[in-house]
Amino acid sequence: MARKDTARKAKDYDDIPGTVVFDAERSRQGFGINMFCMSLMKDENRKAFKANEPEYLKRFNLTPEQTEAILKRDYNRMLELGGNIYFTAKLGATDGHSFQHLAAVMTGSSQQDYAAMMLAGGRSVEGNRSRSGKAKPGSKSKSKPKSKSSAKRK
Amino acid sequence: MAKIIAGVGSSHVPAIGAALDNGRTEEPYWKRVFSGFEKSKQWMRETKPDVAIVVYNDHASAFSVDLIPTFALGCAAEFPPADEGWGPRPVPVVKGHPALAAHIAQSVILDEFDLTIVNKMEVDHGLTVPMNLLFGQPKDAWPCPVIPLAVNVVMYPPPTGHRCYMLGKAIRKAVESYPEDLEMVIFGTGGLSHQISGPRAGLINSKWDKAFLDNLSKDPKKLTRIPHIDYMREAGAEGIEMVMWLIMRGALEDQVDEVYRFYTVPASNTAVGHIILENRRRGAGKAKRPAAKTKRAAARNTSQAVRRGK
Repeated sequence: MARKDTARKAKDYDDIPGTVVFDAERSRQGFGINMFCMSLMKDENRKAFKANEPEYLKRFNLTPEQTEAILKRDYNRMLELGGNIYFTAKLGATDGHSFQHLAAVMTGSSQQDYAAMMLAGGRSVEGNRSRSGKAKPGSKSKSKPKSKSSAKRK
Repeated sequence: MAKIIAGVGSSHVPAIGAALDNGRTEEPYWKRVFSGFEKSKQWMRETKPDVAIVVYNDHASAFSVDLIPTFALGCAAEFPPADEGWGPRPVPVVKGHPALAAHIAQSVILDEFDLTIVNKMEVDHGLTVPMNLLFGQPKDAWPCPVIPLAVNVVMYPPPTGHRCYMLGKAIRKAVESYPEDLEMVIFGTGGLSHQISGPRAGLINSKWDKAFLDNLSKDPKKLTRIPHIDYMREAGAEGIEMVMWLIMRGALEDQVDEVYRFYTVPASNTAVGHIILENRRRGAGKAKRPAAKTKRAAARNTSQAVRRGK
């Protein structure tokens, strides 16, 4: 099942910055990650996973990269390797984290800053529409929260 | 004859369900959200639909990655709330309408929409949160049977907006060929703009959302031409679930009355959008709701007040 991935063809939505679109190809690639996350819906499985994470992960035909991303809780990497957010959120919940914690982790900000950004109206789409257009002068860095919330940082 | 008399659009943010379940509705943050649905609950109490169709998406609860149906129609007699990791939500079991659901399935499949039939399914917050927002929090039973229509918007590509709109039309045709006299409401749920995955998480686009609501009311065909890339770019990777609202809109008449609208940012990571659209009542229509016009006017005033208050 965990066969090698052939090179991914470029897609129009690859141009959206900071975004990994969960498409049919990634669905196949990430089947193991997502089925692992699904398994965490059962308490006995959560306990087994927590008792010995590497051992538990062997059940799911994961690639070494996928296993590493899960063990390190590298949520962005999990998405790149075919994980889907609705599934990986179950791993976050198993760790006792709120969803907003995961969102903050994925955006590289503190939960406090992330929450402040949301309260201030969220991340603006301005400057966040296109990778190819991001070199244009005046457009902001793609993965930083809006300046309003950044300003709250010391 | 059964007929669809109105459509409801509503976000289905899981945190709204958690706030309800944990008794946090009076906190200022949540009060801002829930206050926008007070008039809607009143509207629903007065409208008293006999059956509701709720278009929603499952979030890795009933459907995993081993089976990803594009359109799945719930034909079961009941749909228990799913355990989404914190135990099932404390809401009543959702009662279906198997006879009408089977009729709709048969009609739309012969109309060339290849639905998946689901005879056993648990339903998650995607379905139950909008029901709470419109029906309140009944303890024992929801006020009417519900036919769930689950749409894949988790794996790309979801059905196109145009396909959704046309399915809505096919559903309306199916409903109107059902012999029993039933007045129905259809819900489109999800959205509005939000992205919850990756480094761009937290994206909100209120300008887009407002235009979407405006067009939903007045020029839905314009929305059916929006390609997926535009939804994802402008409204966030997960904002693409707004296509589900077009099923609701397709099931209504071309000309509708917008009787209520509410919009607030944020609930958790999402822009909350809500709209109520009524089919225009024909002169020869049933006189079941003589107060409709005044209600409409009242709701409109409230909606303006809400918008002004924002």
